[in-house]
Amino acid sequence: MNDLDFLRLSKPQKLLHKLKTAILGIPGKLLGSLKGLVMWFVNLFKGIGHFLADLVMTYVRGDWKTKISYTVMGFGSMARGQWLRGVMFFVFQTLFNMYLFMPILKISESREPLCGLNVVTLLANLGTVETAKKGRVTVYGDNSFLILLYGVLTLFLIVAFLYTWYVNVKQNKISEQILKSGKKLKTAKDDMASMLDSQFHKTLLAIPTAGVTMFTILPIIFMILVAFTNYDNQHQPPQKLFTWVGFENFQTLLSAESNDLGVDITDKGNGTVTLTITAKDGDIITVDTTDVAAAQAADALAVDSSAEFSFETIGTNAETGKDNYRLTFTGDAGEPVTLEATSWLYVSTPSFSHTFKQVLLWTLIWAFFATFLNYFLGMLVAIMINKKGIKFKKMWRTILVMTIAIPQFISLLYVSKMFAADGLINGMLMNWGWITEPLPFWTNANWARVTIIGINVWIGIPYLMLIATGILMNIPADLYESARIDGANAFQTYMKITLPYMLFVTGPYLLTSFTGNINNFNVIFLLSGGKPLGMDLAGNAGNTDLLITWLYKMTVTDSNYKLAAVMGILVFVVCAVINLVVYNFIPSVKNEEDFQ
Amino acid sequence: MAKKNNIPEVDIIVDEKAGVIREVEPDKKLRSKKGHERRVNGAIYAILILMSIIWLCPFVFLVLQSFRGESGGQVAYVIPKQWTLDNYAFLFQGVGFSLQTLVKDLPNIILTVITNVLGIWGMVAFLRRKPKNPIEKTKGNLKAAALVFGVLLLINFMRCVDSTNCDFVRWFMNTLTIALFCAVIQTVMVLSVSYTLSRMRFKGRKLIMNVVLVLGMFPGFLTMIVLYYLLKMFGLTQAGAVPGLILISCASSGMGYYISKGFFDTIPKSLDESARIDGATRFQVFLKIIMPMAKPIVIYTILMAFMGPWGDYVFASYVAFGHKASYNVAVGLYRWVNTNDYQGYFTRFCAGGVLVAIPITVLFMALQKYYVEGVTGGAVKG
Repeated sequence: MNDLDFLRLSKPQKLLHKLKTAILGIPGKLLGSLKGLVMWFVNLFKGIGHFLADLVMTYVRGDWKTKISYTVMGFGSMARGQWLRGVMFFVFQTLFNMYLFMPILKISESREPLCGLNVVTLLANLGTVETAKKGRVTVYGDNSFLILLYGVLTLFLIVAFLYTWYVNVKQNKISEQILKSGKKLKTAKDDMASMLDSQFHKTLLAIPTAGVTMFTILPIIFMILVAFTNYDNQHQPPQKLFTWVGFENFQTLLSAESNDLGVDITDKGNGTVTLTITAKDGDIITVDTTDVAAAQAADALAVDSSAEFSFETIGTNAETGKDNYRLTFTGDAGEPVTLEATSWLYVSTPSFSHTFKQVLLWTLIWAFFATFLNYFLGMLVAIMINKKGIKFKKMWRTILVMTIAIPQFISLLYVSKMFAADGLINGMLMNWGWITEPLPFWTNANWARVTIIGINVWIGIPYLMLIATGILMNIPADLYESARIDGANAFQTYMKITLPYMLFVTGPYLLTSFTGNINNFNVIFLLSGGKPLGMDLAGNAGNTDLLITWLYKMTVTDSNYKLAAVMGILVFVVCAVINLVVYNFIPSVKNEEDFQ
Repeated sequence: MAKKNNIPEVDIIVDEKAGVIREVEPDKKLRSKKGHERRVNGAIYAILILMSIIWLCPFVFLVLQSFRGESGGQVAYVIPKQWTLDNYAFLFQGVGFSLQTLVKDLPNIILTVITNVLGIWGMVAFLRRKPKNPIEKTKGNLKAAALVFGVLLLINFMRCVDSTNCDFVRWFMNTLTIALFCAVIQTVMVLSVSYTLSRMRFKGRKLIMNVVLVLGMFPGFLTMIVLYYLLKMFGLTQAGAVPGLILISCASSGMGYYISKGFFDTIPKSLDESARIDGATRFQVFLKIIMPMAKPIVIYTILMAFMGPWGDYVFASYVAFGHKASYNVAVGLYRWVNTNDYQGYFTRFCAGGVLVAIPITVLFMALQKYYVEGVTGGAVKG
């Protein structure tokens, strides 16, 4: 189908065609990326081959100064008169060797300090010496946390060393070539001068790069590694060791609903048994029952994968005031079993995977509303303020901008208190007699969600108003003029001119704002703190918790670092997927990257 | 906007018979259209007034509550029955002005007096921008020097305030210290990164940008515990939380280069090139050519870096854990209002909030123009 044919199609047909080509294009794209991947690896190995060959050739062809530089870094530079470079290489090598071979790292009370190389070998199982008691004194064993931290740090240093060593070798090669061609080498003075001129980018980037490496890259790699350990409140250094567990934590958080129903029976004596049922969505339900025969029948039923389990409430127990439940088990292995009893103890422990799905869903809903509701309302406000004939434009803007100026922890904390059960809003409404009970702004899950989105509009409109104002002013006025001449009304001009223009220009902003809202910690934390807590949610998660606030709770309240680390990786995956999809489908985002 | 205003107030009529479009002075027939316009404007005013009330209410309430004399937590009325300044007095309880420190620093006092004058003049002059000529340029340098002295003065003054027994003043000083250091260091970091990535082409530039993009997708709190241990290695937690927080918030600040890079991209490259042909080094181009032109983005960066620490709760509370003396205002006030007996501290929280909000708001409002420029530019360029 050529372009002309495409233009002849009606709108739905066009859409259908686009969809079709997109879907049909998937195998081709996959193949293409596979090819790209293979080529990448081929090139990588080729590159490594060239690299090694180059190293060997430099050694073979080089003079004695170069050859010594292979073991004593900077020797060649010093011997050729470039003492500044030579000394720097040499000092770096000396310091690195000291770190690697001198025992300076204290990782355990019961061990002598270790050298950098030893710590790397300990990475294999993150420490072996357990905490022991010698008489009355507790002697702490290996600190797995420090082993991991120093281990990663040492690996970083080794990479940095290898790179510097390579630069040192390359220096020799270049110097030799320069000397052969009869030119002079750069002196230390030249080197200093070039720091501010031809090498100025290195000067400017040195400190920021060091900072990011030390305080962002190193910690992120550390936490990614923690996701593969069992580091939690049961395995807290220095009392306890933690160790590698592979993908176990990912399974905990992501395990799909299992196929099997698990039923366990434990005898409690006096004719009562405790039934522990692991439901297919991972929830664990504990029930006490006196109907031992039925419990055993249920256990027998649960062996095959088609076994199902359901439960319902059947009235309240008159004596205990608690609900009575009826459990029904069905399966291929036998007749359905129904369990009913007068007295039940019902405990449900929700699974992490179930909670993760819930929290992720709310995070996406929240990010959607927080981004687009604010976007359209903010644009509307900007249009209203900018309309011809509206006076005091500056005043309206200033009033709105107050919410940006005042630190969020003050405004959000105060507003959060305003909506509390004993807060101003409920108090006034009750005083006026409009309501008798306080409205459950923070205690009912759905109320809390709506309230948060509403307050976020209050916070977010001013930002969008400022952005939209700037862009609206850039829309050529003659566009509107010609629309007016053609007899378009306000709504039509908005739909045909303003909105497309805004969407095109702010495409990248919408993207960053969406991912920003996925990680919008402040609003949720200061307003509701993730509350109200949900019975069906594990790990202290509340109904308004985002992934990021749940991650915070896991770190600070629960010390469940392993799952927090997994969650951090998953947040990254969610953001990366959204970014990739949008980059591939929205033209303005893609083109904006290279607008220079 | 100016373009829009130039359009003359005429109505346009499509004369179908003649097949032309005519512009005519508005006449009586079209009065009804004007009436419609007026109704629309009226509705907009109504909406804007309603919005203004909603937007301002919480802040007005906050201020009113801070003057409330009645004890207890929240009340169901807005205007206090008893007016008092007790809440503010509570914030400053136990604060003293240490004469000893003042005398010890006698040379500093002289400096303080000079810097006092210079600093205030510098700040005032800095905020009032004028067209530039050679004389103004020298003045500008003086102003910059005065600004630095002004900051020195502030630090000097802070040293003399004895806040050992007064939590709030201490927290305020902590936050101010962090904010001032961040404003300087972060600005330098952000500007050097964004300038490099915008103006220079070197091996690994694309790689750096991609790595920063990927790193930015990891949630910030993920690494909190590691950062805590890293700071602990240097002894910068609990009692040393203030320098620790400065270190953490400055170390990775180079990653937020997007907005100022977008600004540098708009400065024509031919400027650099002509200066380079004239023999200027890259450093000179950066300092003498680009920086003076980048004033709006410099002020924007400083403003953002300065305002950040005032709202920083999460990491500040984690690093300063349990050590009251190194809280910042956010942590301190959050603790006041989120304890179980917050009733007693509610009005004090309001008073503290007002005192924190006033300087920040004034600063922000004064530099609003630059903020708008930065935000708008950032949104357009991504």
